Amino acid sequence: MIEVTKDNFDQEVRNSSGLVMVDWWGPKCEHCLELMPHVEELEKRYGDRMKFCKVNTAGNRRLAIGEKVLGLPAMVFYRDGQRVAELSGQDLMPEDIEAKIKELID
Amino acid sequence: MLRSPENITQKAGEDMDNLYDLLILGGGPAGLAAGVYGARARMKTGIIEKGRPGGQAATTEELENYPGFGRGTTGPGLMQAMAEHAAQFGAEFITDTVLSLDLRSNPKSITGRKGEYLAKSVIVALGAQPRMLKVTGEGRLRGKGVSYCATCDAELFEELDVVVVGSGDAAIEEAEYLTKFAEKVTIIVIHEEGKVDANQASAERAFRNPKLKWIWNSTVTRINGEELVESVTLKNLKTGEEWDYPTNGVFIFIGTVPNSELVKDQLQVNPQGYIITDEKMGTNLEGVFAAGDVRDKYLRQVITAAADGAIAAVAAEKYVHETELWEQEVLQASKPVVVAYYDPTDMAGNEKIILVDQFVRDHNDQLSLVKVDATRNELVARRYQVTPDKLPLVHLFVQGQLQKQTQTITLESLKELTGIA
Repeated sequence: MIEVTKDNFDQEVRNSSGLVMVDWWGPKCEHCLELMPHVEELEKRYGDRMKFCKVNTAGNRRLAIGEKVLGLPAMVFYRDGQRVAELSGQDLMPEDIEAKIKELID
Repeated sequence: MLRSPENITQKAGEDMDNLYDLLILGGGPAGLAAGVYGARARMKTGIIEKGRPGGQAATTEELENYPGFGRGTTGPGLMQAMAEHAAQFGAEFITDTVLSLDLRSNPKSITGRKGEYLAKSVIVALGAQPRMLKVTGEGRLRGKGVSYCATCDAELFEELDVVVVGSGDAAIEEAEYLTKFAEKVTIIVIHEEGKVDANQASAERAFRNPKLKWIWNSTVTRINGEELVESVTLKNLKTGEEWDYPTNGVFIFIGTVPNSELVKDQLQVNPQGYIITDEKMGTNLEGVFAAGDVRDKYLRQVITAAADGAIAAVAAEKYVHETELWEQEVLQASKPVVVAYYDPTDMAGNEKIILVDQFVRDHNDQLSLVKVDATRNELVARRYQVTPDKLPLVHLFVQGQLQKQTQTITLESLKELTGIA
């Protein structure tokens, strides 16, 4: 997964063509940490057809708020730089993320 | 009751992979404690949890009132330790979402997204979830400033203003935690000035915290904002006055609602939906127990959840054990069975049991005997209403069916009961 910060967000996400998923996480967000290995697994499976990025919200808080992320975990999908979908909440499951990926990838 | 070796090896279905002695629904502190006790008692114990173990406790950053774990303890840390503890004793963690269950069947059947699970006993430890304010904007702005978990989201509100709704332990303690991050934290309290529902120690500490601002006699009637929260509409309950209060975040801690939706048509619940149990965590259904926040109880804390879990697991183990022995020695016996119920402290009664013992021994080609200390056996109390006030008492079972009973125990009455001259 590409580690994205406020410095390279434009380059990696906004100006990127195709489908990009950004995993917004934080070191205090237990559920984010638990989801991460599953997201890495999803990248192995779908990484050839889309791009996977992650943003540590600690240190990129303004970027998060700019992207309307005020609750973790949040998986935001962009297509050609345009935000197309978002999943968030404490009950977010890896299966939900995979279902959304399948929906958007086709 | 005696356990004969051939019976032990005959247990049907024991090799079935998805048959558990104890299946625990929910991996919060109640479920994890039940897992420790159940697995340690050598029961095949499974804990079904949809996500990570820990329940609501894993979303509480500062957890300072679990005895032996003082300042510096975190909810996620303590829950991690409990989960490891249960795993060490052999509890199996199953990641699945329960879709439906049949708690009346034998064995009980639980259907999840990934498959079906069978269980001799079940502990419902599904917990509770934050109660929603049910105001306009709350659902739409969830994750956009509306939050029910300070631990998860507090960092995002650094340099921003937030309001906290509620005045119970969770509201006051989480508000304090939020002051470490947010620029300004305002607590909206429904009560008169100075009155909060939280415990005294937390309340006093909060009142001294200069970063906390208080708005009394008020409720939130709307949450406003285009894409992110911009303000809340407050209403003063005394004057009826409404006004908009600018804020970036709304943290809601106004109590919980039980996760009993899946079971409430099978288990007795109170008007709020909490499962009603006896002091052994037993529900209205045999072999089904409830523990933790989902239960109707006085205090909902990690320690009381863990205590519930321990009690429920011990009661479940006793149930499984009693049921199996009863099944083998009474219901599936080839010969008619005389069951003698006694109270070990009742000397006169025990003399009569000796008579029964002698009688059955004299006719052991036609009868077998099972003696039950009915002061300690819940199964017979529940199924056959054998309560201590009726002891001593004798039942005759033929092919698994209760045929006759007698409370008078003499040679004549035993002859009549069994039809043996």
